[in-house]
Amino acid sequence: MKNNILIFPLFLAGILCFSWKEMPENQGVSFLKTNAVPDSGKIIYETYCLACHQEDGSGVPNMNPPLVQTEWVLGDSTRLINVILKGLKETEINGDSYSNEMPAHDFLTDKQIAEVLTYVRSNFGNKASGIKEEDVRKVRAKK
Amino acid sequence: MKRYFILGTVALFFCFTPSGETPTKPSAKVKADADNGGLVLPKGFGGLVVSEGVGKARHIAVGANGDIFVRLSKLKDGKGTVVLKDENGDGKSDASSAFGNFAGTGIALTDKYLYASSDTSVVRYAMKNGSVDEASKETIVTGLELYGEHGTKSIALDDKGHLYVTFGAPSNACQEKNRTKGSKGMDPCPILDWHGGVWQFDANRKNQKHADGLRYATGIRNIVGLDWNKATGELYAMQHGRDQLTTLYPEMYNPEQSAELPSEEFLLLKKGSDFGWPYCYHDRFQSKKVLAPEYGGDGKVQARCEGKDKPIMAFPAHWAPNALLFYTGNQFPARYKNGAFICFHGSWNRAPLKQGGYFVAFVPFKDGKPSGDYEVFAEGFAGGPEIKQPNDAKARPMGLAQGPDGSLFITDSVKGKVWRVIHQ
Repeated sequence: MKNNILIFPLFLAGILCFSWKEMPENQGVSFLKTNAVPDSGKIIYETYCLACHQEDGSGVPNMNPPLVQTEWVLGDSTRLINVILKGLKETEINGDSYSNEMPAHDFLTDKQIAEVLTYVRSNFGNKASGIKEEDVRKVRAKK
Repeated sequence: MKRYFILGTVALFFCFTPSGETPTKPSAKVKADADNGGLVLPKGFGGLVVSEGVGKARHIAVGANGDIFVRLSKLKDGKGTVVLKDENGDGKSDASSAFGNFAGTGIALTDKYLYASSDTSVVRYAMKNGSVDEASKETIVTGLELYGEHGTKSIALDDKGHLYVTFGAPSNACQEKNRTKGSKGMDPCPILDWHGGVWQFDANRKNQKHADGLRYATGIRNIVGLDWNKATGELYAMQHGRDQLTTLYPEMYNPEQSAELPSEEFLLLKKGSDFGWPYCYHDRFQSKKVLAPEYGGDGKVQARCEGKDKPIMAFPAHWAPNALLFYTGNQFPARYKNGAFICFHGSWNRAPLKQGGYFVAFVPFKDGKPSGDYEVFAEGFAGGPEIKQPNDAKARPMGLAQGPDGSLFITDSVKGKVWRVIHQ
């Protein structure tokens, strides 16, 4: 009997461990939460952008610019792609200045940049057209 | 007739005594707002809104006559310092004006001068009968390098004729490429030659350059709140710890660890102090400085950080301590005397986890050291039980000052609301 008490939790742990291993990889929490096909743009946003620009894209007053209702996001896509590729420093946005420097994110692939920008342009109340991988490739080639 | 003469003389005497005998109570006309101005305070304290909004407020000073001076981070109608007056004595501002065409953070007031900083200079004005004499403006420190990140200059005066100016590091962790994953820490960090510390200047000499100052303390990423402690004759400051451990080193730090590391440090600055930035950060769970990952650290090893100066107290990460004030008044109960009030402006780098800070803390002091844990002194600024994004905060505590009667004044950086806290 004493042995059974010890064995049961081990058995349970074994099952859980096995089930966890069987789960599809690289879908992590988003997969568990939404139980739908994850938006790859959202995952890139959460990995590289959210810390500064926040979950709702509202940014941090005086430090990190908002991504909501600004021409920088909604307007010229070449300028926006260049922000990702080259970073941005000490620029006035909607009449306010922001102190933190955005580092270049040129290590992201053309596809990843297209996906994250499409996510940003169609979320947080933004309604602008998507960005294609081809658009990013052209801008990157020009630099 | 003689009686009136004596009464008049006595009244005049009190009128012109700057700070000899500090009053212990606010005037009877000063009453707390019914809702304490939206603040939650300890029992016995009350709050009132002095002004609903002066602009993007930074630090604050209050004169012997009760006039309030607030620095702005963005010019309002072309001016950078707002003056609030209370002509009917009810504690509410009923007249305001502004002066100085430069925005900035720092302010320090003596009975003779008002010092104010921009991000590139420190100037002072002579005080004439409690008012700023604008024509008397003198430049004390000039030609400082302009940069965005941690570029604001906070200032403090000691009682020996020195002016202390903070030079925040224009960097997160002195990487070759700032805030870029995979970029190494520069070694030695060249930023420390001119930034990442506090410089001491002559408070009375005009047109000093950065090089004329003495690097008083180093290895400090960024300070916004600092104060000279008159009781101990020492300079104290609050360090903003580094950001983004999980963004830069996801294999070593998960989002929870990154939200809780490193400490926001309460520092006692002595001439020659070195607190270890960028090579080290403070971990309050291990109670020690550890080697930063940019310099080969693994979150545990100390290496060159072993000998670095330690904080006198460690706070949770990213709370952004933006003001420090040692209370010298007699209005608050005796346990507050010589203790420290700290404004935690509130975090952003805890996302996606719940944010922290957004309150004013009190730390009791004895013999120049904290004598107990911190207490929440004033909260309710942000206007909700939980702040998910900094932009949701209705107000964020930013600056602190003590009034001539021992009242505590607090500014807000969002709209520039000014509160006064009194003990009833």
